[in-house]
Amino acid sequence: MAIAVVILLLVIATLIFHFISPLYGWYFTDIASNWDMIDTTVDITFVVTGVVFVAVNLFLVYCLVNFRHREGHKAAYDPENKKLETWLTVITTIGVAAMLAPGLVVWGQFVTVPDDAAEFEAIGQQWNWSFRFPGEDGEFGNVDVRHTSVDNPMGMDPEDPAGRDDVLVFDQTVHLPVDQPMQAWLRSMDVLHDFAVPQFRVKMDLVPGMVTYQWFTPTVPGEYEILCEELCGIGHFAMRGLVVVDERPDFEAWLDSQPTWGDLMARGEPNLAAGQAGYAICAACHGPQGQGQPVLNAPKLTDLGAWYIEQQLVYFKNGVRGTAEGDTFGATMAPLMATVPDRNAMRNIAAYIETLEDQPVETTVTGDVARGERLYSTCAACHGADGEGIWTTRAPRLAGRSDWYLVTQLQNFKSGVRGSHDDDIYGAQMSLLAEVLPDDQAIDDVVAYINTL
Amino acid sequence: MAYVALADRDHEQHLHHPQSWITRWVFCQDHKVIAIQYSITAISVGVVAMILSSMFRLQLGFPESFDLVTPDKYYQYVTMHGMIMVIYLLTALFLGGFGNYLIPLQLGARDMVFPFLNMLSYWVYLVSVLILMASFFIPGGPTGAGWTLYPPQAISDGTPGVGGGILLMLLSLAVFIVAFTMGGLNYVTTVLQARCRGMTLMRMPLSVWGIFVATILGLLAFPALLVAAIMMLLDNVIGTSFFMPEMLTMGGQGEHNGGSPVLFQHLFWFFGHPEVYIVALPAFGMVSDVLSTHARKNIFGYRMMVWAIVAIGGLSFIVWAHHMYVSGMNPYFGFFFATTTLIIAVPTALKVYNWVLTLWRGDIQLTVPMLFAIGFIFTFTHGGLTGLFLGNVTVDLPLSDTYFVIGHFHMVMGVSPVLVLFAAIYHWYPKITGRMFNDTLGKWHFWCTLIGTYSVYLPMHYIGILGVPRRYWAYGSDFIPDSVQTLNSGITVAAIFVAASQLLFFINVIWSLRNGEKAGPNPWGATTLEWQTPDTPPIHANWRDNLPVVYRWAYDYSVPGEERDFVPQTEPPHEGVTVGRDHGVEH
Repeated sequence: MAIAVVILLLVIATLIFHFISPLYGWYFTDIASNWDMIDTTVDITFVVTGVVFVAVNLFLVYCLVNFRHREGHKAAYDPENKKLETWLTVITTIGVAAMLAPGLVVWGQFVTVPDDAAEFEAIGQQWNWSFRFPGEDGEFGNVDVRHTSVDNPMGMDPEDPAGRDDVLVFDQTVHLPVDQPMQAWLRSMDVLHDFAVPQFRVKMDLVPGMVTYQWFTPTVPGEYEILCEELCGIGHFAMRGLVVVDERPDFEAWLDSQPTWGDLMARGEPNLAAGQAGYAICAACHGPQGQGQPVLNAPKLTDLGAWYIEQQLVYFKNGVRGTAEGDTFGATMAPLMATVPDRNAMRNIAAYIETLEDQPVETTVTGDVARGERLYSTCAACHGADGEGIWTTRAPRLAGRSDWYLVTQLQNFKSGVRGSHDDDIYGAQMSLLAEVLPDDQAIDDVVAYINTL
Repeated sequence: MAYVALADRDHEQHLHHPQSWITRWVFCQDHKVIAIQYSITAISVGVVAMILSSMFRLQLGFPESFDLVTPDKYYQYVTMHGMIMVIYLLTALFLGGFGNYLIPLQLGARDMVFPFLNMLSYWVYLVSVLILMASFFIPGGPTGAGWTLYPPQAISDGTPGVGGGILLMLLSLAVFIVAFTMGGLNYVTTVLQARCRGMTLMRMPLSVWGIFVATILGLLAFPALLVAAIMMLLDNVIGTSFFMPEMLTMGGQGEHNGGSPVLFQHLFWFFGHPEVYIVALPAFGMVSDVLSTHARKNIFGYRMMVWAIVAIGGLSFIVWAHHMYVSGMNPYFGFFFATTTLIIAVPTALKVYNWVLTLWRGDIQLTVPMLFAIGFIFTFTHGGLTGLFLGNVTVDLPLSDTYFVIGHFHMVMGVSPVLVLFAAIYHWYPKITGRMFNDTLGKWHFWCTLIGTYSVYLPMHYIGILGVPRRYWAYGSDFIPDSVQTLNSGITVAAIFVAASQLLFFINVIWSLRNGEKAGPNPWGATTLEWQTPDTPPIHANWRDNLPVVYRWAYDYSVPGEERDFVPQTEPPHEGVTVGRDHGVEH
């Protein structure tokens, strides 16, 4: 009898859980796209399967109670019952058809992109997102991973004129206009990824070697997280992007602020002389050779990668970095960057720093190197096994850096001083990954290991 | 009871009886010993996989509190947990374990038709397990590519175990498939060739039907995995590009060009979906026998049950791409595969109805195996119904790659078959060992397992509906609310509770070996041939001088007019009883 009671209770508990789960946020988020039909199909499926679940189990409970063993009781002998079996087959088939039919209709809509859809491209790469819009000609330029380099991270074909006006978004955040059907072309630079925004309900894998697509119409302005939903290596869980759904004018303004491929090609080589002049304000703290000065809490800058320095300078200038409470040293950077006129000037400075000769730094941190080596296996995925830094993962060089600075930054990532600004998505990845280091000792250990690289 | 003299058998084989301890217990050709070897190996490696799951559940449930599972370990444990459970535990235990034990005994044969090949199958399987386990001890550790091993990621930098781990995994799979093929050909040939006199196909117990059809599926499906594994090995080792397109790896240009990652997925799931039924069909068969025996009632709709097994087996080969709705394959395939997938729900649902209808008007004995079988009906109904969500292409869009998928396939492919395995182990334990298990411990084991696993997997569906992706080491995000973390902690507690409660099973099984009550040859009053053996446990060659002769189907329980509530298959028709025998099944 206990089993009958327990099954009955499990059925009741399942129903209760189902109905209270939305109260706790364990259910669909409010939909923010045109795909209400998907939710309707899910609802139909819930009703049909729910009825069957309850009916089958209640009948099971009935049998367990009524036909449990009692003295003198004997089972019936009924091997087959054609009529009953036929009826059950027919009813089941009808139930299945009731779920399948709307499913196929909605799928028909999903595979048919409306004629008035605008286009954008989402590019996935271990473990970050970037985006591309076709520009005024409405046509994407050719791309090929063979063209990819630090100066051409999306692999744009320099020969293709159609690509000149393509708008390139080197950021994990993309803005989309509200109520505009959007076809998202999906392209991967390396392994499989998946572009999924739960509030839009649809998703599709990014497959290297081919271009896939999905379409949706964002209907509610707001910010929605892009989650990668196809395992793409060790940083999979940290591969997050953001869709910002704007009113049309805000979207246009944002799009205009992004560079085109033509702009980027036109900027030419960085101006080292201008960079050297601009570096003067940096030299006061970081030293004329970029060697860093621990007493001033200024880390070494050489051999760090111009792309990384440029990005961090932009962050300091825009208040993405150095504005958090507790980031006292970062705070000194912001006013200095205010004196640098624009991104191009920062690019020149970064390029100049790249030319400075690297000098070894003194090591100051000690720890358990063996443990640090184990912990470093996570870091190695982005920063490289030798701490050399990998630009495609947006991971700067770690080997040979000022070790006290690495400790401070790891502490900052862990405590949220760094990496919690909405626009610092790479920093947000580091915050997630810094969870690998449970305490200050672990930070010292891993930095001690990095010192050996 | 009636038997045919040995000499009457036209194809009687000469039997080699084991001569020494080594040939009796180690290099033994007796199907029953091989079955036990398979089972012990499979369960041992399953325990490893269960411990791995507890480890990564600790990380998911209490991310700040434990420093055991870093992301690389997390992906490695998840991968190994999945692969071990699906292939090395479930496939090996159902077919290598129960297939080996039950086929000859339930068909009235002395052994498999190729006993030496059968022995070889086990030893090759053991080698595949050792290769897999070795990957824990090599630099870089086992692969962390996810159990689906999707390229390019599986063999690219940025994935744990990309050095030796993935090589050992692919090698181990290839060796496993060799072992399976040796065993599988044996099972199929034995079912077709070695049935005793009177054992027509439509008199076979459903256990044998399930194992038989599952083995055929395996023989047709595993080659797809084998070629996929070999092609990926070539991509990895000698630089071919079957699955590898032109791509970047860690900032540099890769060496490959022109391969198709989606091709791998087709090959993998062409194996992978039938694999679900390779596990499920034996479970369907065995649970039917347990339900019928302990309800003292014939299985309802035997012929439909047989045809449902065959139909599900056939259909399972044309539904594979429902795992790939959002893989980037041609989206128009979605129409076809959603339709075939939902069609397969019809024979599956009929099986559920027939199980419940078997209980209907029965004389239900709530023994431990019966409790597990009833638990199976409940969890399988749940898991089957959530399959209708994922199989329906549109509904799959929001749910694919989320925790809903995890909840679904664990309910349908983890919990349900495992409940059947426990039902089967408790059911056949008296025959295998000659002793009864401890009833109280068995019942506690059941309650902990059923309620524990349901508390693990029910909530996962709802986290999945919210949209929480699977295979995330940490969630920290604006999107995923704190309440998910609360639920995750609860799931972890339940999961560790379930894992710990399996101790009850091991204690029971080991303790009862010596201390259990003597069982007698047929403690459940069952009709099938294994319970009619002259010895318990059955001796080598199963039957003494005479092989049994079968006169009726396997489910003559509570036949009106009969004195006892079961009539063994070996009993000739009784005077004056008009029903029974074959309940009118024509041959």
